Amino acid sequence: MNPEIISNLPALQVVIPLLGALVCALLRRGSAAWFLTMLICLIMPVISIYLLVSVLDSGPISYSMGGWAPPFGIEYKVDVFNAFILVLVSSIGAVVLPYARLSVASEIKPEDRSWFYAMFLLCLTGLLGITITGDAFNAFVFLETSSLSTYVLIAMGRDRRALLAAYQYLILGSIGATFYIIGVGIIYTLTGTLNFADLAARIPEIEQTRSILAAAAFIVVGISLKFALFPLHVWLPNAYAYAPSTVSAFLASTATKVALYLLIRFLFSIFGIEIVTDKLALTDILIILSLAAMLGASTVAIFQHDVKRLFAYSSVAQIGYITLGIALANQAGLTGSLVHIFNHAIIKGALFLAVGAVVYRIGSAEIDDFSGLGKKMPVTMGCLLIGGLGLIGVPGTAGFISKWYLAVGAIDAGYIWLVFLLVLSSLLALIYVGRIVEVVWFRDPGPNLDGVKEAPLSLLLPAAAMAAATIYFGIETSQSVGIAAQAVETLLGLAK
Amino acid sequence: MITSFPPFLIFFIGAALVTVTQGRTRSAVLLAVPVLGALNLMQLADGLQFQIQLFDYTLTLVRVDKLSFLFGLLFHIATLLGIIFALHTDDKLESTSGLIYAGSALGAVFAGDMITLFIFWEVLAVSSAFVILARRTEKSLRAAMRYLIIQVTSGVILLAGVLIWTYQTGSIEFGYIGLDGLASWLIFLAIGIKCCFPFLHNWLTDAYPEASPTGTVFLSAFTTKVAVYALARAFPGTELLVYIGATMAMFPIFFAVIENDLRRVLAYSLINQVGFMVVGIGIGTALAINGAISHAFNDVIFKGLLFMSMGAVLYRTGKINGSDLGGLYKSMPWTTTFCIVGAASISAFPLFSGFVSKSMVMSAALEEGYPIVWLALLFASAGVFHHAGIKIPFFAFFAHDSGIRTKEAPLNMLIAMGIAATLSIFTGVYPWFLYDLLPMPVDYQPYTAAHVLTQMQILLFSALAFVWLQKKGLYPPELPGINIDVEWIYRKALPAVAVWLVSLGAHFRIGSLARVQRWLERTFNQIYRHHGPHGIFARTWATGSAALWTTVMLALYLLFYFSGQMENLLVGF
Repeated sequence: MNPEIISNLPALQVVIPLLGALVCALLRRGSAAWFLTMLICLIMPVISIYLLVSVLDSGPISYSMGGWAPPFGIEYKVDVFNAFILVLVSSIGAVVLPYARLSVASEIKPEDRSWFYAMFLLCLTGLLGITITGDAFNAFVFLETSSLSTYVLIAMGRDRRALLAAYQYLILGSIGATFYIIGVGIIYTLTGTLNFADLAARIPEIEQTRSILAAAAFIVVGISLKFALFPLHVWLPNAYAYAPSTVSAFLASTATKVALYLLIRFLFSIFGIEIVTDKLALTDILIILSLAAMLGASTVAIFQHDVKRLFAYSSVAQIGYITLGIALANQAGLTGSLVHIFNHAIIKGALFLAVGAVVYRIGSAEIDDFSGLGKKMPVTMGCLLIGGLGLIGVPGTAGFISKWYLAVGAIDAGYIWLVFLLVLSSLLALIYVGRIVEVVWFRDPGPNLDGVKEAPLSLLLPAAAMAAATIYFGIETSQSVGIAAQAVETLLGLAK
Repeated sequence: MITSFPPFLIFFIGAALVTVTQGRTRSAVLLAVPVLGALNLMQLADGLQFQIQLFDYTLTLVRVDKLSFLFGLLFHIATLLGIIFALHTDDKLESTSGLIYAGSALGAVFAGDMITLFIFWEVLAVSSAFVILARRTEKSLRAAMRYLIIQVTSGVILLAGVLIWTYQTGSIEFGYIGLDGLASWLIFLAIGIKCCFPFLHNWLTDAYPEASPTGTVFLSAFTTKVAVYALARAFPGTELLVYIGATMAMFPIFFAVIENDLRRVLAYSLINQVGFMVVGIGIGTALAINGAISHAFNDVIFKGLLFMSMGAVLYRTGKINGSDLGGLYKSMPWTTTFCIVGAASISAFPLFSGFVSKSMVMSAALEEGYPIVWLALLFASAGVFHHAGIKIPFFAFFAHDSGIRTKEAPLNMLIAMGIAATLSIFTGVYPWFLYDLLPMPVDYQPYTAAHVLTQMQILLFSALAFVWLQKKGLYPPELPGINIDVEWIYRKALPAVAVWLVSLGAHFRIGSLARVQRWLERTFNQIYRHHGPHGIFARTWATGSAALWTTVMLALYLLFYFSGQMENLLVGF
């Protein structure tokens, strides 16, 4: 490849989808917009995987936007941790897009389709931007880019409640973004810099001040809203339930994950492990909230009638696992978090794609309409089953690996009782997954399923790919765990 | 060169083939699986094999030593018997889940590490639940679900134990554990659930009689024996097991005597027999362990035989309650004969298989200074003879003539029963074949005058008691819906002490059950009120209140952070 292109890859990762969004908005025809988006979504993982490989080979890459050297210009900084997230986000985009063509065609009015793809690409731009940037204010800009496009995407859902869900997310998301920018503002006045690396160097000088604590509180709460930490999750169930199927799958696998990335970046790369554990008493609050999410949201999921909403609550619970690992702040726990970011993205992707295929065929996500569906759509329901097993954490699925590391992290931190709560939460997952399995496989098909066929191939393959990945990363863990562990070593400052 | 495979693999491949084949081809596949499996088993070299890397740990899929080999062989025989017995059926679900079930039992006994063990432990639970619900009745579905919940709980407890154990010792090898510390207790409890420790046993008597005639034969062979294997591997010589085992050997007898469903009677006697094995493992000497293991071997075959004969009766008559049956020896002479062989074996008649293994456990109990336990086992032996040795064949095939005239069992059932009966007699007459397979060297002589005489005394006196009670009309009559009239039967049939004990137990259970149920209902309602679709956690909040909560969170964080800093400052001063 042209060396000119290679040296600009970090910028291209963000610029290509941004320009693509612009072109999509100008295109009239939905199919043309889809084609362009598909093309971009196939290029993205190529770039991110290339970045990941070169980072693994030869260390972090620093890219100065527009040639302005950091800390004055905006720096794009790629290390193992965010390259890992970049690969995740771009790959999910590439898997979801083939699915989008039919699903979007069935759920969104023809005249809105090119807008849909424009918004989708903007959202992708924002998510990749947050991940790749090394600048706190630039991260805010991308956070807003992704959020604003997400509001539009959710509002495009065919249910009228989608509009309300999007509105609520808009209000809460804006509060979150405001909190974040207030926090960043405080830090900027204290240190005079916005560059992550520069901040990390200067924060120890001001760690005795009270303002830094206020800044940390604003940033943590602001970002927590974005990844729907219990009890700030209120926007999430409705947003996922009423958004178009493609959007639900894409957001559940990427948006919350990127916000979690940003939190981990702030806590461990910028504030540093010492401040986080000694000064911020983060462990205590976050453990309690994580447990409330794992147990409370799982219990809510058990009683849900709408399968998409059920999985949305399950997402809140699974995010609890991830924040639990962050709160433990040790090698195994944080590795568990990172691996679960990855694994949960795959598992929830498989689940939402499978449910989306059902919505495509029967037009409903109500659990009662699923009865006997196992006989009509065996492959789709097979994907649903595998994803469900992953949520429970059955060995041989990806879910088991991350929970194993979280459990080890909990014991490492001296909280053996946490292991029991982890297991208890898995049991709750067993109940809500078991409920679906019972309805799908052990009941006779109702009259609403007359003439229902297996989902078309373009919906089936992405779901099956995610399900296969759920199994693959449950057995072969050298990529997922290996890279996560390497990232954790850097984050905790253990790497030599 | 002949390459070998992990034993479970052949079964899982067989299960996959069963789903895509029909009729005769399927029968051929089914029969081929245990045969090929056994050939493969003979090829397996001793030691650790098929090691794979799973993140930081090395999993050992196959560990061959004398202990695992014996159980492996046993499970192959049991599978073959179960498959022959079920050849006349054409049930894809039952055959598939049966093979997966047997395969995961093999996987569990050959597992060299605890993660592999846990995986097969869970597959075992799920696949056996499918064997139960393959009968496709409302009752069997419900029983399967209750069963599944308990079995999965056992798996979850095992996982928690394994996690903590691995963390503390740094090793995932599944070897001797011994009761010491939280992790080992959790593992012990998990195995105990599968092993039917007292108060943890209800799943077995609840679910096994609800499976199909052929399904129960499968079920009786694997789950409890995997647990016995695990105990023998991890907790030999744990004294607590001696008392647990003695209780297990005794308490089911009372229930078995009053139970009307003959397959449920056998389910109780299954627990009773496992009790003998648990005592043997608890004593932990070479003789005791050998006794426990060989008894497990014999039990699978003769208990399978008894379940098969009752399965044949159920298959032909559609009835299984003692009160509905009787006089069947005229229509089913072969089944009757085989059932009597099974009954003689479980009662440990000399020259039948039960004798050569049960007496080892009992001798060990006496040698190691457990006279009370020995007496308990003696009582249990007499009880076994009563309910399994006499009651089963008597009420099914003799007693009053129920007037049922039916055909002899199908040929394949007779062949399966015939093989099991032959094995039972063969082991009884020539025990050294079995003794050679045992994990410890055996210098035990079952046929001494003392052993034979003691055993014959027990048997004859219990037979006498049965005859006397029958003649006097004191023996609990077989009544339909027997448990409704529990008290009346107790009063007439059993010594006053037993009546008191059992009714006390029943009372306590009913009383506390009701209380537990009320409490559960209340708790559930509470949970539902908050977490149900209209609960505070699930309904859509007003945007304003959500925003308010965000602010509250911020305040909370600030408070926490500042208070943390205050403390730091104070410490600083």
